[in-house]
Amino acid sequence: MNNIHNQLIGTWTLLKKELLRFWRVAFQTVAAPVITGILYLLIFSHVLDSRVEVYEGVPYMAFLIPGLIMMSLLQNSFSNSSSSLIQAKVMGNIVFLLLTPLSYIQLFFSFLIASIVRGIFVGFCIYLIATLYVDLPIEHPWIVFLFAIFGGGLMGAFGIIAGVWSDRFDQMAAFGNFVIMPLSMLSGVFYSIHSLPASWQKVSQLNPFFYMIDGFRYGFFGQSDVSPYFSLSIVIIFFIVLSYGTIQMLKSGYKLRG
Amino acid sequence: MKKAIAFKNVKKNYGQLKAVNGITLSIEEGEFFGLLGPNGAGKSTLINMLAGLVRPTSGSISAMGFDVVQDYQNARHSLGIVPQELVFDPFFNLREMLRFQAGYFGKGKSNDVWVDEVIERLDLTAKAFTNMRMLSGGMKRRALIAQALVHRPPVIVLDEPTAGVDVELRQKLWDFIKELNKEGHTIVLTTHYLEEAEALCNRVAMLRAGKVVALDTTTNLLKKFAAKNLKLRLSAKKIFKLPSSIKEIHFSVDDNFYTFELKKITDISKIITALNNSSIEILDMETVDQDLENIFLKLTGNKI
Repeated sequence: MNNIHNQLIGTWTLLKKELLRFWRVAFQTVAAPVITGILYLLIFSHVLDSRVEVYEGVPYMAFLIPGLIMMSLLQNSFSNSSSSLIQAKVMGNIVFLLLTPLSYIQLFFSFLIASIVRGIFVGFCIYLIATLYVDLPIEHPWIVFLFAIFGGGLMGAFGIIAGVWSDRFDQMAAFGNFVIMPLSMLSGVFYSIHSLPASWQKVSQLNPFFYMIDGFRYGFFGQSDVSPYFSLSIVIIFFIVLSYGTIQMLKSGYKLRG
Repeated sequence: MKKAIAFKNVKKNYGQLKAVNGITLSIEEGEFFGLLGPNGAGKSTLINMLAGLVRPTSGSISAMGFDVVQDYQNARHSLGIVPQELVFDPFFNLREMLRFQAGYFGKGKSNDVWVDEVIERLDLTAKAFTNMRMLSGGMKRRALIAQALVHRPPVIVLDEPTAGVDVELRQKLWDFIKELNKEGHTIVLTTHYLEEAEALCNRVAMLRAGKVVALDTTTNLLKKFAAKNLKLRLSAKKIFKLPSSIKEIHFSVDDNFYTFELKKITDISKIITALNNSSIEILDMETVDQDLENIFLKLTGNKI
């Protein structure tokens, strides 16, 4: 009855549904974050391009783009899994999933992959539009790819935790406003942490978003504040820890099964 | 016959509250089974434990021989659950929603023909491409039934399927569910409508405070508690005492109507003779079949 073939179909169906869910409202889930990212780019680069040079030979506008791409990628990966789950819980249609033979592992991977896809898609759109304004070659494509996958995965897993934990939309909004937004703004998207006082540099190094953005930026310019391999290790460790926590949460049925 | 569903000493506690308190019950394959009880009796908790939405505190539950906790994947393949609340996914149309639901059960493209057949049988073909938000309440109810059927489960569980449904649709749903039962599906129905259980179910369990207070075939329950009632209208102006010879026959009084519960058919002549001998005039009489509502009242002291 429940063989591997059936399980693959089940996982693919949920993944497809999650992808279609955000695509049906692409104006809100893709166009809006792309426009926000481009606005950040145009305004900050217009004001600071002639005054700031963070990396030698890299215009400020070019410096800004990888950080903005990664910030949007992370925020949208989080939004995808978290909003899907909270909506399903509040509307009651989460029951359609809970009545099925889908295992906690299947649920985890479907939500996770859909989150990564949305994050990368939004990031890619920002990249495409940004290249209209500035020449932006990618020096280490594999580094860019790995940071995009693990960063998106990390935030997708965090989104599942937030979606399962929250009972109301305001609880979910608190994650965005009080966790995701401050961590992304203070992660070095708009500056290098070397421009900060020593004490704030240390604080920044406690922020996992810093490693995701710094490592991702290395993929473009071959320059970063800390070693990209150290950053990648931090990101992978966070990804594994959050994924383990998410899987355990789904396995226990916490807030999903009474 | 194989057991479609088996509850073995199932308990569910919420703190001090014993929502389900040691229920042992089995339902055979092909049965049309009714779960009756007032609010808070434990019906929905029992169904939710069967569906895997709630975990039992103790005891075991199986569906088609598969334990719903240990072997939950095979158990859920065997079950089609129709939830009580009118829930839907607002992002998709009816056909998409049903195809997704079938896909979760591992059913691929080859199952799409069956999905369309289910849509047609539930008279929803015209709405197959309509977003779920745009469907009426009755259509959403039918869509929920369709969702429970898309993976062809042998056991179908309907939690209050006709709650808030108009008379015409209720009759249509009854016919459809009866048809499913004839095709070999085991049907488990929870309902507040006793008339529904009486019309559809072969066997019923009555629940009160998390326990089964009666479990028998619907016919036996009706027989067991009284063959018939004798309803008499007696002369209003006379103040009288009932003759002692019929005092042991239980009766209730409503205005001038005296309803006697007959243990055997010969009780009728006994009552009439006793009343005639006491010069009590009978103005009208009728015999009334016992219904599940009366039985339920007797067993639980509660109205459903």
